[in-house]
Amino acid sequence: MNKAQQASVELRAMDELAAQDSPMHRLSPLSKLFVTVLYIVVTVSFHKYDISGVFVMVLFPLVGYQVSMIPVHTCFHKLRVVMPLVCAVGLFNPFFDKQIVLYLGAVGVSGGVISMLTLMMKGIFCLMASFLLASTTSIEDICRALRQLHVPKVLTSLLLLTFRYISVLLDEAAIMTDAYRLRAPGQKGVHISAWGSFLGQLLLRSMDRATALYESMELRGYHGEFHYAQGRPSSRASWPFAIGCAALIVLARLYNLPALLGGLFA
Amino acid sequence: MHMADALLTPAVAGVMYAASAVVAGASIVELHKEEKQDLTSAAKKLPTMAVMSALVFAGQMINYTIPGTGSSGHLCGGLLLTSVLGPWAGFLSMIVILTIQSLFFADGGLMALGANVWNMAFYGCFVGYFLIYRPLMRSRCFARRGERAANRLKITLASVLGCVLTLQLGAFSVVLETTLSGITDLPFGAFCAIMQPIHLAIGLIEGLITAAVLLFLYEARPELLRDVRTGGETTGKVSFKGTIAVIAIAAVLVGGGLSLLASGNPDGLEWSLFGNSDAGYTQNMGLDEDSYGVQSSAADKAGAVQEKTAFLPDYSFAGSDSAAGTSVSGIAGAAIVAAAAALICGVGGICRHKKRHQS
Repeated sequence: MNKAQQASVELRAMDELAAQDSPMHRLSPLSKLFVTVLYIVVTVSFHKYDISGVFVMVLFPLVGYQVSMIPVHTCFHKLRVVMPLVCAVGLFNPFFDKQIVLYLGAVGVSGGVISMLTLMMKGIFCLMASFLLASTTSIEDICRALRQLHVPKVLTSLLLLTFRYISVLLDEAAIMTDAYRLRAPGQKGVHISAWGSFLGQLLLRSMDRATALYESMELRGYHGEFHYAQGRPSSRASWPFAIGCAALIVLARLYNLPALLGGLFA
Repeated sequence: MHMADALLTPAVAGVMYAASAVVAGASIVELHKEEKQDLTSAAKKLPTMAVMSALVFAGQMINYTIPGTGSSGHLCGGLLLTSVLGPWAGFLSMIVILTIQSLFFADGGLMALGANVWNMAFYGCFVGYFLIYRPLMRSRCFARRGERAANRLKITLASVLGCVLTLQLGAFSVVLETTLSGITDLPFGAFCAIMQPIHLAIGLIEGLITAAVLLFLYEARPELLRDVRTGGETTGKVSFKGTIAVIAIAAVLVGGGLSLLASGNPDGLEWSLFGNSDAGYTQNMGLDEDSYGVQSSAADKAGAVQEKTAFLPDYSFAGSDSAAGTSVSGIAGAAIVAAAAALICGVGGICRHKKRHQS
């Protein structure tokens, strides 16, 4: 499978996940957006040595995944995209911050190691949260939530149109790449002599297609604004749920719950 | 270069969101102005922008072999969008691409979106267009070679210089934002020294690939490109490979200069204020690092208030009380959290299993 095909498959898988039905899917998109953004902001605001404080945040997305009936491991293959830069930044910490802050038996753990682990955990948890949002909310719902937040309609319409058009162009790019690969076996990518014409051809065809697309939209009554069909009705529990979650998230930030819990036993 | 949420603090991310939102607002206003001037193309603008954004997205999935090496590169989206749609529409299209990437491909975080828009779209669309692409395309450089050859040279030069410059600025911003967030212990200078040269190479390759696509577009449909003068004259062809060689050398020189500037001593201000006793400089301004500034009761009070109200506490400790989260009770608590997490997953798994059996 080439890169474009893989992206196309990923996009379709996300669409299918968002089309499922669960209590999580039925929540209003705005409340989910609110909780997700709050979760991410709170998670990254933990101190770089507060590893146990960050760790408790894993519970929120985990519960979310179970309620929405989506297996947690589905989000992990996206880590290959997130982790390189996070690792590149975090891996240097153990070399610069060598002060021992913790002894595990006879083994001393330096501040750098702890801050590296905290950073990686933050990266993974934030990914889990945003993946949960995208896999339980369709793009139409996200756009509707953005409109409710008064994001300009140029942006939301553009987001919607682009998203729908991406799969068409990805498929086209995948077919072209496959055809090219069959004619040039063993070659890693597009040869320099075809650099311009390869994507250029697709670009020209797409520009013509944009005109056709616009004309067909006009024939169907498009006059500069999209009218969003009311999707599934949002659950009445949406906002009580969001406020409850927000309270728990803030609580987890203000008090170091693992330390308090551990204090009861240790 | 997409930044994940974990690389930023909420304060830095918020500032970057605000900055990007202002530019997005300005872009929408300018776009409306452009549409009023040209009513025929105004209506078609939205589908064209959508198709172009989708194309850049798909285009970045295509690998281009870099001759002489085993690796491959991809296209620079910002400059392609700007040269076809203009900077304002190009910027909005880039926002949409980055949003979709962050939501559906985990490429860049939701909270870091503002920073990513700034690092990639702002520099790519505005700095690249207003400082390089437009002045170059409107200039009379290479005029002696005939219009066609001159345009080809100018497009190539603009693409390569534009990509190199915008990627350098973008990489520098990533370093700046991460350092300001206090995420890494890597010194600012060392971080720059790692990021800038890598992005110099990437910028060069992306610039060449973008140049190739724009040159194809110029040959096939020159009216699609912005700021390109077109006439009837078609003399003085210049070979593409020859042009690339000249431009590559120019870009290396320019980009190398930028990298040197970027990795200069960034701690100069601190050094000049406090000196560096390890290196033998103790005089300078003669300030004591621990007790500089004006001593007054008001300043002390302000400091105390700031300490209480700061969303994030000071980063200056290691092994102090705030690291207590990693104490024995912290570990015991973390084990309980881990057990709870495993339990949640187990219960969820059983529920899913039951549901599947029922259906």
